[in-house]
Amino acid sequence: MAVIAPNFTITQTHADVTRDVIATLERPNRGYYLALFGAVGLFLIGLVTFVVLLHDGLGHAGYTPPVMWAVYITTFVFWVGIGHAGTLISAILYLFRSPWRTAVYRATEAMTVFAVMTAGLFPIIHIGRQWVFYWLLPYPNQRYLWPNFKSPLMWDVFAISTYLTVSTTFLIFGLIPDVAAVRDKATGWRKFIYGQLSLGWQGTDTQWRHYSRAYLYLAALATPLVLSVHSVVSWDFASSIVPGWHGTIFAPYFVAGAIYSGIGMVLTLLIPLRKALRLEHMITEYHFDNLAKLTLLTGCILFYAYSMEYFVAWYSGNTFEQTTFYLRPFGPDWWAGWAMITCNAFVSQLLWFRKIRTNLTALFVISIFINIGMWFERYVIIASSLANDYMPWAWDHRLNPTWADWGILAGSFGWFGMYFLLFARTFPIVAIQEIKEMIPLPRRRAGGGHHS
Amino acid sequence: MKLPLPKRPVVPGLLASFEHIDAATDAIRTLRSGGHRDLTVYTASPNHEVEEAMGHTSSPVRLFTLVGGLTGCAAGFAMTIWMSRDWPVLVGGKPIVSIPPYVVIAFELTILVGALATLFGVAVLSLLKAGRKIAYDPRFTDDRIGVFVAARPNQAVALERMLREAGAVEVTHAAA
Repeated sequence: MAVIAPNFTITQTHADVTRDVIATLERPNRGYYLALFGAVGLFLIGLVTFVVLLHDGLGHAGYTPPVMWAVYITTFVFWVGIGHAGTLISAILYLFRSPWRTAVYRATEAMTVFAVMTAGLFPIIHIGRQWVFYWLLPYPNQRYLWPNFKSPLMWDVFAISTYLTVSTTFLIFGLIPDVAAVRDKATGWRKFIYGQLSLGWQGTDTQWRHYSRAYLYLAALATPLVLSVHSVVSWDFASSIVPGWHGTIFAPYFVAGAIYSGIGMVLTLLIPLRKALRLEHMITEYHFDNLAKLTLLTGCILFYAYSMEYFVAWYSGNTFEQTTFYLRPFGPDWWAGWAMITCNAFVSQLLWFRKIRTNLTALFVISIFINIGMWFERYVIIASSLANDYMPWAWDHRLNPTWADWGILAGSFGWFGMYFLLFARTFPIVAIQEIKEMIPLPRRRAGGGHHS
Repeated sequence: MKLPLPKRPVVPGLLASFEHIDAATDAIRTLRSGGHRDLTVYTASPNHEVEEAMGHTSSPVRLFTLVGGLTGCAAGFAMTIWMSRDWPVLVGGKPIVSIPPYVVIAFELTILVGALATLFGVAVLSLLKAGRKIAYDPRFTDDRIGVFVAARPNQAVALERMLREAGAVEVTHAAA
C-alpha cells in the first residue's frame, strides 16, 4: 500500500483523484504550447529531410561502404530501447505487484507506444525505396515469393509490429475506464468524444470481472514480449559474423541497455511533466527514488556487459575481435566509445547515493547523460564495428553523418515529443482507476476490510 | 449529442447509490439472499469485496487468451514452414525448413494473436449483457458505488426501504 510512499497516510479521497487528474486536461499554459511548437518544428525538419530523401534517394545520408548501417539504424535501436522501460513498468512491475508503478505507468506506457511508433519509421527510411516497404510482409504476390524467415531482419518485422500492436492495445485498454471517468465529468462536445472513446464503459461488476482478468493476461503476454523484442533487435547484429557484433551476450546486454535508456527517458519526461501538470502529490520523490534504483540496477548490468565484452574479445584470442575492441576507446571514434562508457557505466554509479536519487535536478541531468550515452552505445556498436569489418583496405572509410542524418534524427525527437505532449493533454496521464484501487473506500464500520 | 442507435429496452428497477463500501456489500448480500439475482454493481475501480458479495467466479476471458495464443503459435509455424516449402530457396546452406529461426516468428504471433483474442474476449463477454439499458449515474466513475436491482413496481417500496436501511444515500426508481 504505497501510493505516495511507505508509511504515508493517504488523505486523498476517490473524488480528489478524479478531480486532480482531470485538472491536467484543462487549458494548458504557455510552456506547453512552446514545447509543442518546438516538437512540431523539429518534426517538420525531419519531414522536409524525408521528402528530400524520397525525391533524391539515400545518397544524402552519410553512408560510406562498408558502413551501410549508420545513423538511421542507430536511432532505430535507440527508440526501440526507449520503449522497453514503459512495458517493464506497466506490465512486469504489475505482475510483480509493485504498487509504486501505479502513479507513473500511464506516462511510461504512452512513452512506449510513441517510441515504438518512432522506431518503426527508421527501418522504412533506411531501406531506400520507402514506398515498397510492404514487401517485408508475407502476402500473396504475383510471383509467389515469400520473405526469408531465416533472416533476423524478418524476425524484426514481426517483433516490432507485434510490440507496437500489443503495447498500443495495452495502453488503450488501460485507458478505457479512465476515459469513462473523464466523460462523466465533461460537458458538451468533449462529453460526446470521450463518450464514444469510452466504448460504453460504466464500471459494472461484469465489466470489471472480465476487464481485470484480461488486464492480467495482457500484462502476462507483454512481459515475455518486451524481453523478446530487444533480443530480436540484438540478433540483427549478433547472428552476423562482424567483429563486435557476433556476441552471445547480446540479447541480455541489449535488454538491460534498453531498460536503462528507457528509464532515462522516463526521468527526462516525468520530471518536467509532473511540475507542469501539478502532479507533485501523486508522482513523488519516492517514485523517482525507485526509478533511479532501477536505473542503477540496469546501469550495473550494463557496466558488467561492457566489461564482459572486452574480456570476451581479449579471451577469444581472435585478432580481428581484439582490434575492434581496441579501436573503440583508442581508435578514430574514441570520442563515441568514451561517451558510451562514461555516460552509461560511470554516470549511473552516482545513483548509489540517496541524496542524488532524491535530487530531481541531479536526476534530470543524469537522465540527459543516459539518453546521450545510450545513443552513442548503439552508434559505437553499429557504425564503428562496421567501419572495421573484413577488408582492411576499407578501414579508413568511416561514417560521416550529414545533414540528412541529423535532420531525420531531430525529426524523430519532434515526432515523438509531439505525440507525447498531445497525449498528456488529451488523456489522463495518471491512471485514475488504478490509483483509486489503492485508496480504500470509506466504511461505515471502523476497522473493516480484508486487505488494509 | 447522441448517435442514432436503436433504442434498448429500459430495465425497471431501483438504482441505489452508496458512499460506503461495506454498506454496498451488505445491501448486495441482503438482496441476493432475498432472491434478487438481477443485480448490477457500479464501482470506479475493480473491488474484491464487491466480487465476493456478488459471488463471481473467474472470468472465462482466459479461454480466449489460451486459444488465441495457441492459434498464433500454430499459425506462425504453419506459415513459415509452408512458405519455405512453397518456393524452396536455399539460403546460407541451411535446411529449407529450419525450425529454430521460425520459433521467433511463432513466438511473436503467439503473443500477438493471444493479446488480440483477449481483447476480443472482453468485447464479446461484455456485449453479452449490453442488450438492456440499465440505469446509471455519472458519479459511479467518481466516488460513488452504485447498486441496481431489477424489480417490479410492486416490490419497489419494500426494496427502497431495505436499501436505505443498508446505507444507501440515494435511491432512484427506473421505470420501463
